[in-house]
Amino acid sequence: MATVTFDHLYKRYGEDVIAVNDLNLEIGDGEFICLVGPSGCGKTTALRCVAGLEEISDGRLLIGDRVVNNVAPKDRDIAMVFQSYALYPHMSVFDNLAFGLKLRKTKKEDIDRRVKEAAEILGLERFLDRKPKALSGGQRQRVALGRAIVREPSVFLMDEPLSNLDAKLRVQTRAEIARLHQRLGTTTIYVTHDQVEAMTMGDRIAVMRDGILQQVGTPQELYDHPVNVFVAGFIGSPSMNFATTKSEGKDLMFGGHKLELAGEQARAADSRPDGASVLIGFRPEHIEIANGQQTSAVRIPATVDVVEYLGNDELIHAQAEGNEIVALLPSDKKVAVGDRVDFAVPMEKLHIFDPDSEKALAG
Amino acid sequence: MSTATAARESAPDVAKSRGPKFLQGWNMAALIFIGPAVLLLAVFMIYPAIRTVVLSFDNGLDNYVQLLTADPRFLSLRWPPGGSIFNNILWLLFYTGGCIVIGLIVAVMATRVRYERIIKAIVFLPMAIAATALGVIWRFVYSPDPDTGLINAILGVVGVDPISWLGNATFVNTALIIAGIWGSAGFAVVILSAALKGISSEILEAARVDGATEGQIFRRIIVPMLSLPISVIAVTLTINVVKLFDLVYIMTKGGPGNASNVIAVQMYQQFSARNFDYSATVAVVMLIILIPVMIFNIRRFRSERVVA
Repeated sequence: MATVTFDHLYKRYGEDVIAVNDLNLEIGDGEFICLVGPSGCGKTTALRCVAGLEEISDGRLLIGDRVVNNVAPKDRDIAMVFQSYALYPHMSVFDNLAFGLKLRKTKKEDIDRRVKEAAEILGLERFLDRKPKALSGGQRQRVALGRAIVREPSVFLMDEPLSNLDAKLRVQTRAEIARLHQRLGTTTIYVTHDQVEAMTMGDRIAVMRDGILQQVGTPQELYDHPVNVFVAGFIGSPSMNFATTKSEGKDLMFGGHKLELAGEQARAADSRPDGASVLIGFRPEHIEIANGQQTSAVRIPATVDVVEYLGNDELIHAQAEGNEIVALLPSDKKVAVGDRVDFAVPMEKLHIFDPDSEKALAG
Repeated sequence: MSTATAARESAPDVAKSRGPKFLQGWNMAALIFIGPAVLLLAVFMIYPAIRTVVLSFDNGLDNYVQLLTADPRFLSLRWPPGGSIFNNILWLLFYTGGCIVIGLIVAVMATRVRYERIIKAIVFLPMAIAATALGVIWRFVYSPDPDTGLINAILGVVGVDPISWLGNATFVNTALIIAGIWGSAGFAVVILSAALKGISSEILEAARVDGATEGQIFRRIIVPMLSLPISVIAVTLTINVVKLFDLVYIMTKGGPGNASNVIAVQMYQQFSARNFDYSATVAVVMLIILIPVMIFNIRRFRSERVVA
C-alpha cells in the first residue's frame, strides 16, 4: 500500500495543449479518491501519468516515497481497470486473471490460489474457463476488476470503469467496488465524469477543469462549500441555480426585488461596491415555499413554468426576474403551473460568487 | 403449425407456380442468378477437370505408379531429397513462413513510426508487379555478371568472386524463394497492419501495466490476437505455392538440371513434351494436394459466419 503524490505535475502535448496544468495532490495511504470533471479536463491524462502510460512533462510523481517519473508501468506496483475493460480476448477468464502473475513468475500454486480467491470475491468461479466474448458486460467488468486485484498492487487506478454498464448494473457495481475497497483497503484513484459516482464512492473528490485542479475535499465539503462557480455547478444533482444580482450595501438587488442578507453573506455583498454585479447560487433541494416562518432566509418571488412529478418529490421549473429557477419540493406542496410562489432560501445555504473571477465570496 | 410458419412455407409455392411446366419445383429467381455462372463453370472448369482425371488414367494406374515411385524429377526418395514435390515443400515452409514473419515485423514496427504510410507503400509496391516482370527483375539481381547483377556487384566490392546464384543447385531455391518473398511480403504486411489497427490500444496498455515487456506483448498478445489474419495469409500463400509457376519458369525453368523444379512447371514441361496423359497425372496430384487446403478454407469461412 502506498500514498500517491502529484508534485507540480504538468502534461503538455506539443506547444499549445496543456492537458494537466500544475497538479498538486496528495493521496493518502488506503484512500479512495475520485478525479472528476467534464470530458477533456485532464483527469484521465493525470491517471495515465500515474500508470506510466503517459510521459510526465514536468514536475514529479511519487508513489510512496519513490519518484516514479521514469519508472516503467510494470515496476510501479499499480493495477489499472480500463474503460473498455481491455480483456485479452484470446485468453480464458482464468488466464486473463493469471497473466500478470505469470509474467512475474509467481509459483503455479500461488497463481491458482490467488485467482480462485479473486474469482470468489467477484463471483466469477463459474466463468473461469470462458473467453471474454462469452460473458455479459457486467461479468467482463468484474474480470477487469479481478485482473487488478489478483496482482495485490499498492495502488488501483480505475478509468471510468462503470461507463459501459447500464444504469441498474452501474449502481450495483458501484456498491461492489466500494465494498471491495473496504475489504482490501488499497489506495484507489478513480476517474469519472459522473459526479454522482464521485459523491457516492470517494473519500475525497478532486474536481478538475481544463487541466487545472479546482478543489479537493470530502463530498460534503464540495457540496457545502464549493470554492467557485464551476465546482458549485458541477457537484450536486440537479445542479445549482445561479442568478445575477446587484450589490447594494449589505443587501443585493434581484431585479426590482431586494434580498436582505445577514452574516457571512451580508459581509460578502458589502465587500462589493454598490451597483456591482454579484452572482448568487442556491441548490434546488434547499428551496422551500415561503410561509413566514423561515426566519433567516431570502425570499425570491417566481412564476411556475413546468412541474415534473418524480413521485415523492416534484421538480419545479420557475421564472424569477428573467432567470430560470429549479426547485426540488415535496410533492405534497401542490404547486401548479402558472402559480406565483415565494421561494425561500435559508441564508446559510445561499452562495455568493464574484462574477468576474467566479470565486466564492460566501457560502 | 403457427400462421407465421405456414406463411413462410407457402412462399416458395408462389415461385414454383410460375414458369414452364418442366421447371416447376425450381426457384426461378435463384436459377436466373446462378444459372449463367454454373454454366460457365461447368464448361470451363468442371468438364476440363473431369477430362483431366480421365486422361490421367489413359494407361490405367501406370502414370501414377511412375510419377509417385519412379520419377526422381517429381519425387526423389534418395538422400539428399529432391524433386518438384520436395521443392514445393521448401517453398511452403520458407516462403509462407518468411512472408508472415516479415509481414508481422514490418507491420508492428511500422505502426510505431511517423512515416508508416511510406514504409507500407514501399513494401506493398512489388505486389503491383506482375510475377513475370518480377522474375525478370530478379534475374538481373542474381546475374553472375557483376556489371548487371546487384548482389555480385556488392560481393565484388568486398572482394568475393561472382557466384551464379541461379546456376548453382545449392543456392537456386533460396534465391528463388527470396525473390518470391520480396514479391508477396507486402500482402502480409497490409493485411496484418490492418488487423493490428483493430487491436485496441487499451489491451496493449493493460498488458504493459500487467508487467509485460514489449517482446512479451508481441508474443503473448499481438500474435495470438492476429491468429485469424495470419491463417488467412498462410492459406492464401499455401495455395500460391502449390500453383507456383511463373516466377520459377521465368527465372530458371526448373534448372539447373531439375534443382529448382516445382509441380506446376513440371506439369507444363510434360505438356510441352506432348505427354498429355502424364501431364494430366501431375495436375490431378496437384489438385489432390489442394483439396485439404480448400476444405480448411471453406470450414473457416463457415465458422466465422457462425461467430459473427
